Amino acid sequence: MRELRIHGRGGQGSVTAAELIAVAAFEGGVFAQAFPAFGVERRGAPVQAFVRFDDKTIRKRSQVYEPDYIIVQDSTLIKDVNVFQGVKKGGIVIVNTEKKPDYKVPEGVKLITIDATTIALNAIGLPITNTSLMGAFAAASGEIKFSALENALNHRFPKELAVKNIEAARQAYNIIKGAA
Amino acid sequence: MMEITEGSHAVADAVRLCRPQVISAYPITPQTHIVEALADMVANCQLDAEYMTVENELSALSACIGASAAGSRTYSATTSQGLALMFEVCFNAAGMRLPIVMSIANRALGAPLSIWNDQQDSISLRDAGWLQFYAEDNQEATDLHYLAYRVAEDHSVLLPAFVCFDGFILSHTYEPINMLSQEDVDRFLPKFSPYERLDAADPISFGMYATPDYYHEFRYEMDRALKESKAIIYKRGKEFGQMFGRDYSAMVEGYRLEDADTAIVAMGSICGTTKDAIDEMRDEGKKVGLLKIRVFRPFPTEEVAKALSHVHRIAVLDKNISLGAKGAVALEVKDALYGSGIPVKGYIIGLGGRDVRKKDIKAIVALVEKGQGDMFYGLRREVL
Repeated sequence: MRELRIHGRGGQGSVTAAELIAVAAFEGGVFAQAFPAFGVERRGAPVQAFVRFDDKTIRKRSQVYEPDYIIVQDSTLIKDVNVFQGVKKGGIVIVNTEKKPDYKVPEGVKLITIDATTIALNAIGLPITNTSLMGAFAAASGEIKFSALENALNHRFPKELAVKNIEAARQAYNIIKGAA
Repeated sequence: MMEITEGSHAVADAVRLCRPQVISAYPITPQTHIVEALADMVANCQLDAEYMTVENELSALSACIGASAAGSRTYSATTSQGLALMFEVCFNAAGMRLPIVMSIANRALGAPLSIWNDQQDSISLRDAGWLQFYAEDNQEATDLHYLAYRVAEDHSVLLPAFVCFDGFILSHTYEPINMLSQEDVDRFLPKFSPYERLDAADPISFGMYATPDYYHEFRYEMDRALKESKAIIYKRGKEFGQMFGRDYSAMVEGYRLEDADTAIVAMGSICGTTKDAIDEMRDEGKKVGLLKIRVFRPFPTEEVAKALSHVHRIAVLDKNISLGAKGAVALEVKDALYGSGIPVKGYIIGLGGRDVRKKDIKAIVALVEKGQGDMFYGLRREVL
């Protein structure tokens, strides 16, 4: 079983990202489970959402404490929340930032930074970074195919919005693929 | 067909396939996406039902009572304080023998205010005369709705039913589900045929007063119907299994229990994590098994006693507490095992959304092996 933990702030679409990643994984024949860690819901508050991937039925219902993958939607969370806690050796951390990291991920963990905010502003016209980060996750992890992500986005959003979000996801996907 | 969807949307879909004629619910918190999705279906003509929005949960269930007495298949959903507000009419629905089905996305009761999961809400209505089904996953959460209507509407039962599934842990989780088609559900669940109904042309009354000469017998009849519903659950659960491959005839289900020395008894989504913990303990050579309770009312006393007759010790997990006594499931299991000499210990766990991990299940097994139990598990002593 592989596990993903998404850290964001209320309103950034972390829960939607988890759901759509699960939908895309399911299309690829994987048993996927996505769920949020509900808190007191308000914009800007730190939130978490989780995805599990496995070849067989997932029965476990607890939250994700030792993720294989972490997505950080907002790098300002890093000073407030221990976002890297429990990440497995060999794991991948994707951080949305335009800056050079002034923090360290645990040893043996791969850090990928991407300026998802700029990508989102250009492609969507709004600083909604979740779809760019889904694209980056697809490229970095290989857990989901880009075409499946495209289908999930098309299914979830009205056409015009879907086109823009797919473009954001594609740009991020290509940047990470290109860097690999 | 397998699809991946959110628990509450899957439940809404299952309810649609049951062809309810009247739905009444209060749409504001505490509520889930279920009734929101059903309102959309009615508005979009995907479901031919009367959707009644009302001012609170008490009115929602009251509306269902009227609609059910008039002979229609009715549905509602609520949780937590919403269910608490229905307390009075829950007893009326059962006493009038109306087979209303209601989904409960289990959540804690305040005060203090908690929006998170435990099973205190439905457990607190254990004496109301409703059948109570508990789902381990969203597959069961959907399937148990078909079974609930089929059993509740049986003329030898005629009692309302809760289908309980853990709030957030299941209601807000996306996972693959095998959804039945309309044809499938129509094959399993016939049209509601009321035993008696309100009819202006042939007037009768429901829920009249009963003097001391009659009330005692009314209660006896309800108790008898609830106990006899076990046979109907068995029959229809078996039939469901024959049709769709998922057999719900058993009110309790063992997991690696046949040769277990230590048995865990649990109800709801916690069973999944427990099974994973059991697999790991088995790998370490510990003979641990699970008995999952799928039906809490009627309580399967004999089935529990039989399934656990060979074990050396029993740990019961309760996501509820009968304050001043014990967890409701532990009380029932102790009753079932009375005289067997097998020690039964209860553990209050996961209240108000406290996360339950595999390591917690393992710690409880270690406690029961030492004979320690009948306690709140995992208390944070520093905040007491």
